[in-house]
Amino acid sequence: MNVLESGVGELFQPVDLTAFREWNRQKSRSLLDKRMSEEEAVRRFLKPGMYIGTELYGSVRCPMSLVREILRQEVSELRVAGQGVLELDLLLGAHLVKALDLTYVGLELYGVSNCLRREVENGTVRVTDWSNASIALRFKAAAMGVPFLPTRSMLGTDTFKYSAAKIIECPFTGEPVCLLPALVLDVGLIHVHRADKFGNAQIDGITGFAVELSRASKTLIISAEEIVEEEFVRSQPDRTIIPYYLVDAVVEAPFGSHPGEMAYVYQRDEEHIKEWVNASCSEESTQEYLKKYIYDLNDHRDYLGFIGETRLSGLRKGR
Amino acid sequence: MEAVMQSTQDESAYNPVEQLICTSARIMVDHTTAFIGTGIPMLAAALAQRMHAPHLVTVFEFGGIGAILDEPPIAVGGEHTFHRALAATGICDVVEMAQRGYIDFGFLGGAQIDCFGNLNSTVIGDYYRPKARLPGSGGGNDVGSHCWNTIAIMRHDRMRFVQKLDFLTTPGYLNGPGARESAGLPTGTGPYRVVTNLAVMGYHPQNKRMMLLATQPGVTISQVHENTSFDLLMANRIEENSPPTLQELRILREEVDRNRLYI
Repeated sequence: MNVLESGVGELFQPVDLTAFREWNRQKSRSLLDKRMSEEEAVRRFLKPGMYIGTELYGSVRCPMSLVREILRQEVSELRVAGQGVLELDLLLGAHLVKALDLTYVGLELYGVSNCLRREVENGTVRVTDWSNASIALRFKAAAMGVPFLPTRSMLGTDTFKYSAAKIIECPFTGEPVCLLPALVLDVGLIHVHRADKFGNAQIDGITGFAVELSRASKTLIISAEEIVEEEFVRSQPDRTIIPYYLVDAVVEAPFGSHPGEMAYVYQRDEEHIKEWVNASCSEESTQEYLKKYIYDLNDHRDYLGFIGETRLSGLRKGR
Repeated sequence: MEAVMQSTQDESAYNPVEQLICTSARIMVDHTTAFIGTGIPMLAAALAQRMHAPHLVTVFEFGGIGAILDEPPIAVGGEHTFHRALAATGICDVVEMAQRGYIDFGFLGGAQIDCFGNLNSTVIGDYYRPKARLPGSGGGNDVGSHCWNTIAIMRHDRMRFVQKLDFLTTPGYLNGPGARESAGLPTGTGPYRVVTNLAVMGYHPQNKRMMLLATQPGVTISQVHENTSFDLLMANRIEENSPPTLQELRILREEVDRNRLYI
């Protein structure tokens, strides 16, 4: 194949499908009870320097209780697939990120991410840029077990130039096409509506890139709003979007996406998000927020207690 | 603020954001599919659905297809993006849908735009030593690559309408006619309109440069030029947009954004 152009961005996670297959070969096929706390899941499976990714999207169905635990345990030097709002902001604010495959880190309605700005503008975090679909398709390539996927995104732009993709002449049409390297995560983190103790998981509403990310992860930590019986999963197997054999840890985390939302269950805590947006404006107030809502609290249960039942029930909705 | 104050006394008074939403909504076409991003495009789509385009099918990046926009979504993955929708899928499905040619319109924004409709939402200044690191492409590059027609919604000033982008995040016509096709982007796709607080622009059919089509109410052609750093082509006849109607304003204020998150 004739490579027409190569992006100059750094490839933070080399494509190694042999290692991925060997890893998957060793994973248990047994139906094991994988329930554990955030503390245990992060302690057992996350190590400094690992490449991690979260799904879905910052304020929506985001594994915030797991991310807060990563901050508590200060798992540092992380390489991250970055498409985020709140969760990546926390990791950046706590200086735990070394490298970022970046598509979007911002605060949507509230504009640019102050933490991203500080970390990138002072050179702390190394960045390789991609389009949104390109990151999802990189997971999809890994999920398919192939080294790359072609796309017609990114062509002709600096987004391509500063990525680690390649443009080749398509051997079938002769036209330029962009190739995206498979992205295998050391650890993937996904928050779902419900899962059984083995990790069979269901999501209500849009599924973002849960299918792709779950299958692209060597180790997968699921947090769930509720833990359901195996029989419940077996009564509607078409709803299992993440089957148990992909999963290494199942964490029960009601309001696990707080201050973000969970479709049909609870809405965003807009006041709290605004508090974070304001706090994130300076390094000092960022650290004060992290101390108040994360470091000074033992775990997710403490966090929910601190936020308060009144506040939380105000966010709940009936389907 | 002045316009807002006024509006409490005179309901026909409106602010620039309301004008921008109404102008964008009027461009939307019934019985088409449109890739909708955060902010003004969402409100414009909701308004269009209540006016002339009840069958406008909204498509949101994280998988919402055909939502009925009763409330303005705050996040592109939020529940309102698939409220009473026709389908709730995922990012690969909707972007592949665009890549196969199913999405007619795509809405974009950015910090900078050039005369070929290329957009920057990545960085201000040098890439490696940025003056400001912006959020990044997000879905912008994908929308700009695959949708048949893209519409950029921008604030209009010389800092944003620039001679040269600091970074080309999302493809417009790149460096001119034929450039998209030679880069490998799908044939027949590209920028269609730019909607701003001052004007509506299109693109010259041959040379693909941005061209003034209409001014917003009360805005002069020279004001548009003064706020554009590149040479803006002129259509043979420059229209003046009509201000938001009472009906549009009522729907916008009482239904689309009743909590006044945006307007």
